[in-house]
Amino acid sequence: MSDLRDLYQEVIFDHNRRPRNFGRLEGATHKAEGFNPLCGDQLTLYLRVGEDGRIEEVAFEGKGCAISTASASLLTEAVKGKTLEEAERLFRGFHGMIMDEPAAEPVELGKLEVLAGVKEFPTRVKCATLAWHTLHAAIEGKDQVSTE
Amino acid sequence: MSTAERSVAAAMGAALDVERVRRDFPALHQEVRGRPLVYLDNAATAHKPQVVLETIQRYYAMDYSNVHRGVHWLSERATEAYEAAREKVRAFINAPDRREIVFVRGTTEAINLVAASYGGSVLKPGDEVLITEMEHHSNIVPWQLVCERTGAVLRVAPIDDDGNLVLEAFERLCGERTRIVAVTHLSNALGTLNPVRRLVEIAHAHGARVVVDGAQAAPRLPVDVQALGCDFYAFSGHKLYGPTGIGVLWARRELLEAMPPYQGGGEMIRQVTFEGSTWAPPPARFEAGTPHIVGAIGLGAAIDYLQGIGLEAIARHEHALLEYATEALAEVPGLRIVGNARERAGLVSFVFDDIHPHDVGTILDHEGVAVRAGHHCAMPVMQRYCVPATARASFALYNTREEIDALVAGLHKVRSMFGR
Repeated sequence: MSDLRDLYQEVIFDHNRRPRNFGRLEGATHKAEGFNPLCGDQLTLYLRVGEDGRIEEVAFEGKGCAISTASASLLTEAVKGKTLEEAERLFRGFHGMIMDEPAAEPVELGKLEVLAGVKEFPTRVKCATLAWHTLHAAIEGKDQVSTE
Repeated sequence: MSTAERSVAAAMGAALDVERVRRDFPALHQEVRGRPLVYLDNAATAHKPQVVLETIQRYYAMDYSNVHRGVHWLSERATEAYEAAREKVRAFINAPDRREIVFVRGTTEAINLVAASYGGSVLKPGDEVLITEMEHHSNIVPWQLVCERTGAVLRVAPIDDDGNLVLEAFERLCGERTRIVAVTHLSNALGTLNPVRRLVEIAHAHGARVVVDGAQAAPRLPVDVQALGCDFYAFSGHKLYGPTGIGVLWARRELLEAMPPYQGGGEMIRQVTFEGSTWAPPPARFEAGTPHIVGAIGLGAAIDYLQGIGLEAIARHEHALLEYATEALAEVPGLRIVGNARERAGLVSFVFDDIHPHDVGTILDHEGVAVRAGHHCAMPVMQRYCVPATARASFALYNTREEIDALVAGLHKVRSMFGR
């Protein structure tokens, strides 16, 4: 049996209560909207990539459950300062962790591992991956993505 | 039951023996995550009594054959059973004629059939279809599709803050251009019971036909299409304790007679040549292909089962649960009920502080309590009340007060986990 505390860790409650980098980002170079039609969750992710190719600012806004809000918040912390390629590698690693299909190349996920428990909750996987799919879409230059 | 409760029950007519009813439903007697299942997601779909399961098993095992085709014994038996199910449905909604009962896949297909066939043939550019703000997507989108095709205009009658249809606005919007009014009998997202008879009077005064979405009402209330006065009534088998993939469209015979086919194929024709074909009379005209024979027969068994208990008794039982739940939930700090209409039935939708309904649903699930969390295929209703989603507890004839107590205990657990 999956334990509820594996899903709802203290870090997740913390990021849900006080999401980091929450709000609109002016002067974004990349932006995408993510939408989960199953539950109506919706978020917008903004990136500002500097001349050195690194993500110097990142922010998100939107409405979602604790898992999706915490995941988006943790994402913003994780990708800040990374190159787009590094961010994409994190996306693949995170996706692999949640889907329980480890990526071909090992990826250091650090704090993002608090969301590992989601893989035991198939109905909540899309909550955790919404922000990451949105990041992926933003990097690829698509402005909208749906988890369906 | 206390003596006082017993006398109240007696005064209300034959009460439903819920413990006995529960024994008829095998699915209820299982544990979920180590706890007894508390199933409060009946508006999504209801569990099946043993008699429905046995009927399905018996027909597949022994009486199975195609209908309306073979001259052989098995086909005759299958046809008889299939047509007997049609008669049971007729009696269940007090339709005047068995030939007015069309078997479809579910409420959604029934409404699509009416929109495409009836709507497609009567709507002209500038005509209007009037729906309400509380409709399920399946009573919105088929009308949008046919309006787009015909140049008709979709109008939406508003609801108030409590979830009541605003009758004056409905009356104002229903005019000379209104050809079709499509309205839910009982809202799946708010629990609002609509005054269908009154709406029919208004619509008919303007020459409009009325389509009623009965998906939530048919399992919960006695339905009499003649008393309602509507022109079309649609419902699903699976919410009525029957199989999935079977549903019913009832329509007035003269309307069905005039309607073009919805799908072409076997069974729905009179004569086919390469120059053209002619159509069978209803209901066959609208049942192209091999129908869901066993589904219809299983639905017939579910109807027999419900009538054995009595729809009046079921409605009273669910109403008592609704009142009990409404009071109990009102005492949970931070909980807000969405939908407080004057007339309600069957379900209660709520939001909980700023805790997302999905989190509520997951934590309740770990207590063995199954509720629906989401937009309930009624996104405009969510927008109306400025919530992304709600949690919804919906009741059935087999639910108990103890199960509502378990829901409330689960909600306290949600609060404490979220540190409220």
